[in-house]
Amino acid sequence: MKRDAALRLLAKSVRTDDIVVAVYQTLFDWLEICPRDLNYVATGAMGQGSSHGLGLALANPERRVLVFDGDGSLLMNLGSLATVAGAAPCNLFHFVFANGTYEVNGSHPIPAADRIDFAAMALAAGYSTAEKWDSIDALNSGVQSFLGNPGPAFAELTVEPGRPYRRDYSYIHSYKARDAFRRALNAS
Amino acid sequence: MSGSLAQPVTDEPVGKAPSGRRIINGLIAAGVRFVAAVPDIVTSEGLLWPISSERRLRLIRVCKEDEGVSICAAMSYNNTRSVLLMQQTGLLDSLNAIRAIGVDYGLPVVMLVGLQGKESHLPPDRSTSFGVRIVRPILDVMGIEHSVVETDRDVDAIEHGIEVAYAESRPRVFLIGREPTAK
Repeated sequence: MKRDAALRLLAKSVRTDDIVVAVYQTLFDWLEICPRDLNYVATGAMGQGSSHGLGLALANPERRVLVFDGDGSLLMNLGSLATVAGAAPCNLFHFVFANGTYEVNGSHPIPAADRIDFAAMALAAGYSTAEKWDSIDALNSGVQSFLGNPGPAFAELTVEPGRPYRRDYSYIHSYKARDAFRRALNAS
Repeated sequence: MSGSLAQPVTDEPVGKAPSGRRIINGLIAAGVRFVAAVPDIVTSEGLLWPISSERRLRLIRVCKEDEGVSICAAMSYNNTRSVLLMQQTGLLDSLNAIRAIGVDYGLPVVMLVGLQGKESHLPPDRSTSFGVRIVRPILDVMGIEHSVVETDRDVDAIEHGIEVAYAESRPRVFLIGREPTAK
């Protein structure tokens, strides 16, 4: 499925008070598709999205935290699957957008791109549930119940790029973005 | 290297070993609620085991230290206070995350770092262990404030150091140079 189509569908399920932690090209797509101050963009170092998501979930138990991770990113922090499972935040929903490549770094393939099974790894690590969706129809039919059950929950989405979206690195690393998130988080 | 030494070098450590209980009380007094940790032999008995049964703190066992950097940083956005407990090997392994998230973003990531291999009678910069000797110079280059917790008197600085880190939104490192006592 096209990544931007999947994100447009997910945007319909995001509540006003949800925190969304997205990384790399998924983040750049998301910022145009669903700009909002509770988008957490400052993950700093590759692979850290799931760990930021865990910190946010534990510190904000009244909110849902949706992590839109990348497959290359998760491979850099695979241990976080066990850490998340161990901490067991029921408000954390971990999506991995699996395109099989390091897209923003030249589209080189990730290791074992043709055989790796992230959902199986998450389930084996101890997530409460793990889904695999490879079409918009499958995502559409599964996402509501997925988000309705307690986390930590994991979903692997097989995607390919949609239309090109601008990679605005200066924004995601800016004080402005962090300050907007902080203000929105503490507004109520 | 020539020049006078900043600290006297003796055969024995000066003063009592730091009290793990006092360190934990300092964390709690500073408003810390979460501790992310990877086990470290220097702080295992005196800090990590007691923290694991301390009801006022929630321990998050992480697989790798850079996870803890991100967890602590993310928590700070609503002023939830936390610390990362690890060994200096984990600090060195996490430098890029600390650089990006702590330093570049200016977030209050507070780290308690056991100096494994440090001789109790030598300051870190004079350790025979290369991995110990380089820690403070690296933190200096990165502009990260740090201090050594070597005696029980050094423990007094922890609560204030955490308060300052959060007030000024910047990282802070406490280097645990000697095994804290369990009491």
